[in-house]
Parts: sequence; structure tokens; C-alpha cells
Amino acid sequence: MSCCAPGSEDLALGLQAPPSDEEVAFAARDMGDGTRQVELSVPNVHCAACIHTVESALARLDTVERARVNLSSKRVSVRWRGDALPPIVSTLSSLGYPPHLFDDAQDGKDPVLSELLRAVAVSGFAAGNIMLLSVSVWSGAEGATRDLFHWVSALLALPALAVAGIIYYRSAWNALRHGRMNMDVPIAIGITMAYALSIYDTWHSGAHAYFDASVTLLFFLLIGRTLDHVMRNKARAAVANLARMAPRGALVLFDDGTRDYRPIGEVQPGTKLLVGAGERIPVDARVVHGASDIDCSLVNGESAPQPVAAGAEVHAGALNLTGPLTLEAVRAASSSFLAEMIRLMEATEGGRARYRRIADRVSAMYAPVVHLTALVAFIGWMLTGADWHQAITIAIAVLIITCPCALGLAVPMVQVVAARRLFENGIMVKDGSALERLAEADSAVFDKTGTLTLGQPRLTNMHEIPPRLLDVAQALASHSRHPLSQAIAQQARRSTSATFDDVSELPGFGMEARTGGIVWRLGRASWAASASEENGTVLTRNGDIVARFTFADEIRPGARSTIDTLKKRLRRVEMLSGDAEPACRQVAEELGFDHWRSNLLPADKVSRIEELSGNGHKVMMVGDGLNDAPALGAAHVSLAPASAADIGRNAADFVFLHGNLSAVTTAMDVALRAGQLIRQNLGIAIIYNLIAVPIAILGYVTPLVAAIAMSGSSILVISNALRLMRMGITEKRVAPKATKPATEPLRA
Amino acid sequence: MSVLAYLIPVALFLGGISLIAFLWALRSGQYEDLDGAAQRILLDGEETGDKPAIR
Repeated sequence: MSCCAPGSEDLALGLQAPPSDEEVAFAARDMGDGTRQVELSVPNVHCAACIHTVESALARLDTVERARVNLSSKRVSVRWRGDALPPIVSTLSSLGYPPHLFDDAQDGKDPVLSELLRAVAVSGFAAGNIMLLSVSVWSGAEGATRDLFHWVSALLALPALAVAGIIYYRSAWNALRHGRMNMDVPIAIGITMAYALSIYDTWHSGAHAYFDASVTLLFFLLIGRTLDHVMRNKARAAVANLARMAPRGALVLFDDGTRDYRPIGEVQPGTKLLVGAGERIPVDARVVHGASDIDCSLVNGESAPQPVAAGAEVHAGALNLTGPLTLEAVRAASSSFLAEMIRLMEATEGGRARYRRIADRVSAMYAPVVHLTALVAFIGWMLTGADWHQAITIAIAVLIITCPCALGLAVPMVQVVAARRLFENGIMVKDGSALERLAEADSAVFDKTGTLTLGQPRLTNMHEIPPRLLDVAQALASHSRHPLSQAIAQQARRSTSATFDDVSELPGFGMEARTGGIVWRLGRASWAASASEENGTVLTRNGDIVARFTFADEIRPGARSTIDTLKKRLRRVEMLSGDAEPACRQVAEELGFDHWRSNLLPADKVSRIEELSGNGHKVMMVGDGLNDAPALGAAHVSLAPASAADIGRNAADFVFLHGNLSAVTTAMDVALRAGQLIRQNLGIAIIYNLIAVPIAILGYVTPLVAAIAMSGSSILVISNALRLMRMGITEKRVAPKATKPATEPLRA
Repeated sequence: MSVLAYLIPVALFLGGISLIAFLWALRSGQYEDLDGAAQRILLDGEETGDKPAIR
């Protein structure tokens, strides 16, 4: 096998440790028969060899009953006997398939999709067979044969209306009950009227019956609806598969020294918690014991890691980097920072709720016109002396021929193709209205840390450091998980010859090593050179500073060109950050922002967006942190990178998986093009109606004419939507930094 | 025309069988991992110790 290029998606998630066994055991479900089952996301699974490796390795574990990989959703479900968790996480990690837990309300099954597929199958079966019989009628079957064919058709149409039609009846009823109008209302009325009239005509041995029209209409529309659902589901699952960032539980330390993993809801103020290096802080807490560095970039946008020691307060959601900590909870989960953000989001639920989709706006205008036209046709024919049956037949023919087969497909088909196009570019879109709103955006607001930057520091003065000292620093740094150490170790990339007798890390301070009589220290200046008043990171030899290191947050690839493009296209481009002013100024200058603000609280970001919206701007927000989530919710449309906090990803309309910020312009290009095609399609549907309605009113519409007209217009609209696939998107694909698994997966 | 009396039921019966086959496949979870199904035919030898996919 020559596939398996794992890890191209999970850029910037490198610091996140795999879930602890306690957390996995907590996520498992009791299956009732003495077995437990857990679902894990394994993004590195790509091919048959991967499936084989994962399944056989897990099946070899003693208590595992069953391990099954789902390649479409990149998940593995493992079922085992007994309470003790088999070493699933360590087994998968050692194979190069690090698993993680994900957030997903549905456990693999999708009842809506099943219902849609069943409806497509039933209506397809009915439509095919009815069409077969109808063709015989059109080609000249008469008398008793025709009546028989009509009756068989009526029988076939019945289950189609019951199984497939119910989807439209339900949706139409829901809309009407809330005093709204959607496209499903005229569809539901059209198919029902057509069926009722045809039954009446069949009873009276009439020459025409519209069974084929109503069932094929259902079949076509359901195909569009199913594709729409599949596409959205795929995007939703891809987002749900991203590693869960907020812990669901915490390792509680009891007074008698025992420890137990408890759900986060049980943590009360005063509870003692243990948080290892690489884990996230579960609730707002105070450090009781231990020292470490805390990465708050996801919480408040601060880019530099903060040292913490006993007495320091830490926010829920921050990442503990270097040393284990014992914490005392100061707030319960329900009142911690995360919960506060959720409340703020609910309070600012704004522009999006008010937005009405194009299809709904069109149908609100369209449905009254159609029904009025049908009524006028009926009255007109009655006045000219036709009998009431003829008048009703013509009125219903008007309803059927205008019945929005083309109109019902015009919008969703374009959005399906657009979503697919974005999916191929690693951009997940939550629903069709997001595309419409993105096309309208006229100003952009960016968060800094983690959005414009990668949230990973980069060494900026490497060439100023003598190679010999860089060797030593790299060798020291390679022993630490601290982001600054990792930046040195990764960027130096020298074949180092430096060896030490003993290396130790002091969490919160730095690294120390001895060779012979020399003591090397790499870390905080105030510690490494104990007399020093300096800030920053230094290398010292026996207490003397020999090298200084300066760092900057690494700019996300594609950021510069994206900002340039957006500044040309949009009315206003801003940067809003929670970080300190100097760090913001540096990034703003490097990327050419004219407008930027620093030191913002989450509520400040929201109020700035509301201010812009108040001035008539349609704001696009791009952000990743917990502190951005309310702003993402308040904006007209929002985007988040895959590395964003869970709540941010859920609040955003688009999530882009690749690291490159050009995803923003790609998404805008596709959204604009989709908007054009939607308008073209609506134009086609209107022209079609302008031609078809007079024919129907004049009474020339037979079932054959209706079938040809409806399929013809549908094909036209679908082919127009497919043009989006051929659209050229100018994108600079930067090869994603693949984080290779520890060991290469076995090749079959 | 008496041939129709046989042919129509036969046609409907055959169509109905495929419909039922599809619904059965849908219900037994065979549409849940289409990519995986495409790849699994490349695995030779014994299945890897798991029981059938019906949950």
C-alpha cells in the first residue's frame, strides 16, 4: 500500500496529550451485558492496512471483545468485557494512531439520514414503476387497460406519499404553525392536490392522471435533500472528530490521599485536583502545590506562557505545560470561565437568528403568487363557462407545473456542490445559510493568538547565537515540553554533539545540566543568572549569561496574503486581541493592519462587533479562543481554525482544518460564486415559470408535458450548479506540516 | 392483453424485492462506513477477530 500520509490535518494540536485512561473509561458506555464500549477518533487511519493494524492490535488485547474501525468517520469503537479498561490508548499511540475523545451527541447512528434514504428508496421505486405505466398510457393505452394502469399507479404512489411525503408535510406544517413560509409548503400542497385530482379522475375513467408528476417530483427533491444532509453531516462529523479540548472530568485528590476520576460537575470549590503536564485545567482553580508553565492562549489570547507556582490562580481551559500541579478548585464548573463564555454567547445571539435564507425569502414571495395564479385560472375558466371539473383540473395543472421542482433544487444543489468544494479544501461548513451570509460579509475581524499566529513561538535571533552555544541550548531544550524549548530544539535542527552528565527541568524556571564542573542553565533570566534583573530567556554557563534568546509568535502561513486580499475587497479589516499591546503591535505591523485593538476582554470584542454591525457592516469574525466564542456568535458569519477551543468551533459557521489562513479567502470565493449560481438558478426557474404558466392556464398541460417540463428544468438547474465544480480557485497550497506518528504504521 | 396480468405483478414483485433488499441493507448498518467497505476487500485472510457489524 502506498497511501497513509497521516497527520496532515492535526497541525498545531501537537501539545495536546492523548486522553488519560481515566478520561476514556469515563467516556465509555455500559452496554448492559457486562461489556463496555467507547468510541475514539483516530484521524490517522487512512487505508485498508491501517484498518487491519488497528483492529488486529486491539483485538489481541485480553479483554477486548470487538474492535471495529469506521473509515468514513475515522473512528474506532472498542468493546471490552469487565470494568477494567484495556490499554487502548497506549496501544494505539504506540502504533502511530494517537486517539482522542470527541464531542458528538449522536453515537455513530444518524436517524435522519436513514429516514431520508428510506424515503428516497421508496419514492424511487414508486416513481420508476409509475413512469413505466405512464409511458404505456402516453403511447396509447386506452379504456380498461388505461384505468388498470392508473389504479396500479395510485396504489404505488400511496406508500411514496406516506413514507417520503411525510418529510415535506412535517416541514411544511412546522413552518405554517410558526407563521412562516418555506419551500416545502407549495411542494406539499402541490403533490397532495395532484394525487387527489388523479384519484378522482381515475375513479371516473379520466384520460389523464398526474401520479407520475407527484411521485417523480418527490423523488427528485428528496435526492437533493439527501445530498444536502450527507454533505452537512460529513462536515459536522469532521468537526466533531477534532480532539476534545475541554476535559469532562478531573482527577480528584481526597483528604485520605486516595484519588479518583470524577465528572466535572461534581467538582466543588475546595476540591483538590491533580493535573499532569500536557493536560488542561478543568475548572478555575488556585495552585496549592507544584510549579509549571501555563499556556493561556486558548483562554484569553495571551501568547507567552505564564509561569505559575503555589498561590497562583489558573483559568479553566488553560493548558498545563511542564510540571504536575495540585490545584484547589475556587469555582465549580458551572460558574467557571467557560460557563461564563457560554452565558455571554447566549446573551449575544444576534444577527444569525434574524437572518432569513434566500430559499425562504423566495418561497415567501413565490407561494402566494402561485396559489393566486391557480385561483385566478380556476375563476377565469368558470367564468368562460367551463364545468367545474375542467376548471379545477387546470388550476391544479398550474400548481403542478409551477410546483417548484427547479426552485426546490435551485438553492440546495448549489450549496451541496459548494460545500463539497470547500470540504476538498479542508473547510467544513455547518449549513447553507452560512454560505449565503459569508457572501454578504463586507468587513472582517481577526483574533490574533492562534488565528493570525499559530500560537507557537519561533526563535527570532538564531543567527546571532554562536553555533557552539546553540548546540548546547538545543541539547538542553530537547529535554523539555515547554513551547520555548521546543521552538529552540526544532528550529536549531543541528546534529548536536553536546552531552551532559545529568539534565533536570525545574518547572516554571528552565533546564539545568552539568558536564564536568560546568553548570549550564537555559531558562528565565532571573533564575538562570541568579543575580540578574533581566527578563527573557537566556543560556548561562556557571551563572554568567552567554546567550539571549528572543521569540515571536509564529505567523500563520498565508496570513499576509490573506489580509492583503481582504483589505482590497472589504470595507474594513480589524484585529481584536486579548493579548498585551507590544505583541499586538508587532503582529499588526507585520501583517499590515491599519486598525487593531489590544487587551480586550471577551465582552469588549462582542461590543466592538455590535458597534460595527450597528454602523451597517456585515462582520465576518475569525477566531479560535474561548474568549472569542461570544464574538464568533455575535458576528454575521464566523470562521475558526481546527485548533480552536471546542466552544469556538461549535460557535463558528466554518472550521478550516489546514493550517493556512488562505482558507478564509477560499471560502469567500466559493461563497460568492455559489451566490451567483443561486441567483442564476432562481432566474432559470422564473423564466421556466413564465413560459410554463401561460401554457398551463390555457389548458394545454397534459401529464406528458408536465413530466417533460419538470425534468427538463431540473436538469438545467442541476447542471448549472455543477459548474461550481469547475470553478478555478487560486490557492497557494502550502504543504501541511505533517506530524509523523512515532512509529510508521505497518504496511500490508 | 392477458399477458399484462402476469407481467405487471412480476415487474412490481421484482422491483419490490430490490426495494426490500435495499431497506434491509440500510437497517443492518451496511451504509454506515462506505469508505471502509471499499477498503476492506483489500484485506485478505481471516477477519481480525471481530464479530459481524450488526449492533
